[in-house]
Amino acid sequence: MIATPLRILPLTTIVRNRLLPLDGEVKVRAGQKVSASDVVAEARLNTKHLILDVSAELEIPPARADAALKVKRGQKVSKGDAVAETGGMFGREALAPVDGLVVVTGGGKIVLERGGATLSLPAGISGTVTQIIENRGVSIRASGALIQGAWGNGKVDAGILASLINQPDDTLETNQLDVSLRGSILLAGHVSSLKTLQAAAELLVRGLILSSLDANLASAAAQAPYPILLLEGFGRRPMSAAAFKLLSTNLKREVSLLAEARSARANARPEVFISVTLNQEPPEPRDVEMFAAGQAVKINWLARPAQFGVITQIFPLEKHLPPAGVIALAAAIRLENGETITAPLSNLEALG
Amino acid sequence: MPASLVDGNSLLAVEIGSINTRAALFDVVEGQYRFIGQGTSPTTASAPLGNAAYGVQSAIQALQETLARPLTNADGHLILPSDPDGSGVDQFSVTFSFGAAFKTVLVGLLPDVSLKSVEALAASTYARVIDAVHMNDTRRPEEQVDAILRHGPDLILVAGGTNGGATRTLQKTLELIGLACYLLPQETRPALLFAGNEALAQNVRGSMKNFTSLTALAPNIRPLATVEDLTPAQAQLAQLTSALRERQMPEMSEIRSLAGGFLMPSAFARGRMLRYLAQAIAAEGGALSVDMGASSLTMTAALGEELSLNVFPQFGIGEPLAGLMRHTSLEDLARWLPLDLPAETLRDYLYQKSIFPAALPVSAEELALEHTLARHLLQLASRALLNRLPAPMRSSGSNHLSFELILASGSTLTNTPTLGQRLMILLDSLQPVGVTSLALDQNNLLAMLGGAAEQNSLLPVQVVHSGALAYLATVISPVSNQPYGTPIVRAKLIRSDGTESETEVKMGGLHVLPLESGQAAQLELRPLQKADVGLGPGKAGSVNVLGSSIGVVIDARGRPIHLPTDPEKRRELLQRWRSRMES
Repeated sequence: MIATPLRILPLTTIVRNRLLPLDGEVKVRAGQKVSASDVVAEARLNTKHLILDVSAELEIPPARADAALKVKRGQKVSKGDAVAETGGMFGREALAPVDGLVVVTGGGKIVLERGGATLSLPAGISGTVTQIIENRGVSIRASGALIQGAWGNGKVDAGILASLINQPDDTLETNQLDVSLRGSILLAGHVSSLKTLQAAAELLVRGLILSSLDANLASAAAQAPYPILLLEGFGRRPMSAAAFKLLSTNLKREVSLLAEARSARANARPEVFISVTLNQEPPEPRDVEMFAAGQAVKINWLARPAQFGVITQIFPLEKHLPPAGVIALAAAIRLENGETITAPLSNLEALG
Repeated sequence: MPASLVDGNSLLAVEIGSINTRAALFDVVEGQYRFIGQGTSPTTASAPLGNAAYGVQSAIQALQETLARPLTNADGHLILPSDPDGSGVDQFSVTFSFGAAFKTVLVGLLPDVSLKSVEALAASTYARVIDAVHMNDTRRPEEQVDAILRHGPDLILVAGGTNGGATRTLQKTLELIGLACYLLPQETRPALLFAGNEALAQNVRGSMKNFTSLTALAPNIRPLATVEDLTPAQAQLAQLTSALRERQMPEMSEIRSLAGGFLMPSAFARGRMLRYLAQAIAAEGGALSVDMGASSLTMTAALGEELSLNVFPQFGIGEPLAGLMRHTSLEDLARWLPLDLPAETLRDYLYQKSIFPAALPVSAEELALEHTLARHLLQLASRALLNRLPAPMRSSGSNHLSFELILASGSTLTNTPTLGQRLMILLDSLQPVGVTSLALDQNNLLAMLGGAAEQNSLLPVQVVHSGALAYLATVISPVSNQPYGTPIVRAKLIRSDGTESETEVKMGGLHVLPLESGQAAQLELRPLQKADVGLGPGKAGSVNVLGSSIGVVIDARGRPIHLPTDPEKRRELLQRWRSRMES
């Protein structure tokens, strides 16, 4: 059976698409090496439009108004510029009421685009641009350590990794956030206070990698100005030993925090990537993982901390699973402590 | 049915849901179509595979392993049509409910007329309405355009004007929509369905085709100001949304092509089957289908030719849970929690479930939390449904669901360990009134059968009548305004073997009358104090009932069910009801 993979890999090669949410301009070329903070594409966001009814203003039919236009699509105009004029001794002008870009002409009307802010898309990871996706962005290939998480707030940044966690079940308290951590990406445990998220914002951290978060803070976390990645999810959940170990061995290094929102539409999952320069590129993870005996797995329980183990047997038919008694395809799993349990396949992620 | 009417074609139906992809085989056994078996695989449309075809292939693989019957060749390709040696299948159909709801902009003229109709049309599919443009919109035209650009809709649904009526206002609105579409990048332009004044239809096709990804025309959903007819437009919308999903996920084109073009949204297919069931099984009181999906909850009601198709993407028991608190409060949600747990545990659970929608509850605590969520989602959806039902489907003078048949599906229900628990989830949440038969579509076949009907109209009929649906129980739910503890109904169950049992039903009670599976009986009901058992206030009568492993249930807990405000008393009561049903 096809398995959902969870990547916690000390060394791998990944290819990630970095795309604008709308059409824009790609700023790099294929083959170019980029660092995480390099801008790879730009677009104008939140532009506004203005419809000028030239025909009405000049009191002439739309076809004549079209003939009287002095501007073309793609042309920039300034406030007060004549955009149309009728000929003759008593000719009249229609003036641009604002600065803008002519985006549509026709039917006796002009549409001006104005304002807007520039959206700069950073590379997010350090690597090599392998493909240009016209008007939208790039594919970047890179090698390094990859740690995938459970939830992200949709933001991306990179910075030096600092740790505020000693044990996997630690809680991050507001008073642990001091000025020495400004501009860092922080590795921490559980967060249960809004003040902690606010203090991190005031400190201008580049991001938080947390084990878990109280669900009542989900909305605040989604709106935080910096990326937040939850390795385990919502409710008090200790950080998995595998992620804790791998991240803890990469302190003081630059890490990319791609806290992509996990959704069907985005087709992405939140992750931490730590680029490494190597002479020989390590292999990419397999496209498809299958459940099989010997497969290492993470067991995601909905109201308890996750567990790790190795599949010893996959049951061919659906089983009633105690204690609740739900019916599901399941596997026997030997946990790290030697105990063997049965868990539904749908609760498992294949490690690798 | 004479065997000669059955041409003997086997049919493979695939349903691609958000979590699971199911492949079901139907074939002729002893001259009748039967459900042969089912294979399931995780749906692979999202990360990391991002291609639904893997899940389809894997589900078919699982099916052929279960049946030990070859369906694919050595390369893993489906053998279609079947070989003389019996391997493969003769027909193939696909339904789907996976994927994010389509971001939809509604366009109409009057908010209470055409906009309301187009809203009902949008509710019949996997759509999330993000904006509405209409005559009373106070925004300037530029602001309307900017809003559409900001939203980047997948779909625009347009209605407005009666046939033969004025066209000018709608024409102006369409120009605005055309401008917004033109300003969007070509590859992200939305699809558009026009179901307004038919005088504009050809004009819309001509003018919009360059500005939209797909353009479809449907008969006017408001041909006259007082007449609403959604059915033809729903069929067009089903085709359009299938095409839209294909555009978003190119592998769907291959799947459609393999299925000979027979691809349809599950909600629409389910509606088609329910219309049949309502006519065949529940002609007098109509039928309600409830499907608890991970990405949406669908409630479809049918009475005669009338069909009310309602998809609630906000009430899916998977990813949409992260947004549930926008529609309810934690206090309301926790009302049905039978365990002494902080309400915050429930909130953590629903957020965790939103990021791991496929994960199943395994501990008793998780199961209680899951069932609490299920009850609340069904209750929220049924409240919304009551506002949408057409007049003939509303029980007179009451604000409760009244259907002869309620058919439920979705893994949350079908994975629930006991029949009693399944029934209680449905009764607590839907709170039907009158006499209702409840059944479970335990293999989630309804949508697949609706999809299969396109190629073989006999197959779904025979499969349904072959016992593919699991009967839960007949439930009598009297309505009365008497205080708790007051006798409101005397019921006498007369079994076919002549044995009788009599029960006095008090207000607030939940009674189970034992009646073995398959055994028929007559239930005489004598209401007291003008209670209404579904025959009219105070009216006595008898109904034919069929036994099940649960029995016959009389649910006199009141409508709506009022739960004690004291948490301890509430939990005690919930446990008592549960024990009553389990015993």
